[in-house]
Amino acid sequence: MKREKPKLVSEDGVRHDGRRLDELRPVKMEVGVLSNASGSAYVEFGKTRVIAAVYGPREPPQRYMVLPHRAVLRCRYHMAPFSTDERKNPAPSRREIEISKVIREALEPVVMSEAFPRTSIDVFIEVISADGGTRTAALNAASLALADAGVPMRDLVAAVAVGKVDGYLVLDIDQVEDNYGEADMPVAMAPSLNMVTLLQLNGVLSPQEFSQALNLALKGVNEVYKLQKETLRNKYLVRVE
Amino acid sequence: MSVTPTSPDSIIPRLKAETLSSLTKKGVRADGRGLEDFREVKIITNYLPKADGSALVKLGDTQVLVGVKIELGSPYPDTPEEGVLVVSAEFVPTASPAFEPGPPDENAIELARVIDRVLREYGVIDTSKLAIIPGRKAWVVWIDIYVLDHGGNLIDASAIATLAALLTTRIPKYTVSENESIQVDKSSFSGPLPVVRKAVTVTVGKLGDSLIVDPTIEEEKVVSSKLIVGVGEDGSIAGLQKSGDGYLTLQEVEKAIQLALKKGGELLAKIAESVKSPEATSAGSAGTPSVEGEKPPESNA
Repeated sequence: MKREKPKLVSEDGVRHDGRRLDELRPVKMEVGVLSNASGSAYVEFGKTRVIAAVYGPREPPQRYMVLPHRAVLRCRYHMAPFSTDERKNPAPSRREIEISKVIREALEPVVMSEAFPRTSIDVFIEVISADGGTRTAALNAASLALADAGVPMRDLVAAVAVGKVDGYLVLDIDQVEDNYGEADMPVAMAPSLNMVTLLQLNGVLSPQEFSQALNLALKGVNEVYKLQKETLRNKYLVRVE
Repeated sequence: MSVTPTSPDSIIPRLKAETLSSLTKKGVRADGRGLEDFREVKIITNYLPKADGSALVKLGDTQVLVGVKIELGSPYPDTPEEGVLVVSAEFVPTASPAFEPGPPDENAIELARVIDRVLREYGVIDTSKLAIIPGRKAWVVWIDIYVLDHGGNLIDASAIATLAALLTTRIPKYTVSENESIQVDKSSFSGPLPVVRKAVTVTVGKLGDSLIVDPTIEEEKVVSSKLIVGVGEDGSIAGLQKSGDGYLTLQEVEKAIQLALKKGGELLAKIAESVKSPEATSAGSAGTPSVEGEKPPESNA
């Protein structure tokens, strides 16, 4: 049952699902999807679907888990058992522990935690359908949920993954492209502040390819950023007659 | 769940933080190094008699011990003709007042996963040579990273120790009988582990507006974020991980990678110079410890 690698990008630069090299999957975003959370968001990139909820600023369950000069951020990225091809054990895997960390560290620079000493701001992300690019979708949802909760932020965080597939650099890789591709590079930025808040690379790139990949990611990040702002505007903008 | 660190060990007096960042602005560091200098690296290979490959690396005050065990196992169903690679890291409580006994925390998991990605994606080990009976039996390469003393920059020290240990790892002698049962004879060796390409990591820290390599534990408390760069021997980028609560600008990312590629080449040359790979046929003894440089190790006499 050794996997044969299918051809994923045609000579004229069309991908297996019909996208161009620099095209995002169909994106859907919505905020305020949960009633109990202080803020929430639903984000869809093709068949990747995530829900994020923000609780707080609030008193954390353990009182020692606070800092005197700022709020602590608590973040969990979690995949539902039915989100993958084969059932995923719901216990947190090493992968989920690492992703929770890099997502928290991607949000830390934008959340104005200094405004809420001795509190905790909790970000819970559930991946309900995983088809590649879940950490970037999760981060986009988390950022929207924080904004929906009214947590003061320096900027939104927008994220997208760039991959190398059949030798081509492609934007927003999906599961198949990740499985058979040569590289996967998730990037998150606070675009208005020129802050790169998450950067990972799983795979090998030459320095030239890396610069091109970073430029492609920047293009994708700006598109996602625009969609995030539209989503928030649609919910909160009130037209004054 | 990942939580903003609240331990007092992560806090540094403001005066010290200011001293460190004002020094960096002048292009020097508290221990006299330049911004782009690594601390002295000492590599002792074949450190452990019971492991199939091992190395103790000292990077300044940081000490990391890596043991490699080669054991018989089953290949993954999707790669039936390849061996298996497993990387784990333990931050043992001997190493720091901040380390508690217990299962690996997010920092240990991140370290192991970053090193795993660099080894796997760069193809450091030719796993296709580790199948014994395709689809049924293969060698499992267990890489266990033991952080003994935390003086900062654990990832680079671990990457150096891992590569040095792998370069000295030998595959045990084995025989496959007619009914496909396998006898392993650990008293002699069938050959070296197929390490076909070399890679290390270089961690670049952002201290104020400056970029530094190989941060000490004190510098790490002031560094707002780090970029860990996997560096392959052909000068390619073999993995990346931004770590820490801060950010880097796009320009800093490009600069950090250029710096890492330069320093990574130097590190790889140093490892090549100080680690001799095992003789393919040297059966019998588990090898004698070989020490880089003239000075013998204090603890290994």
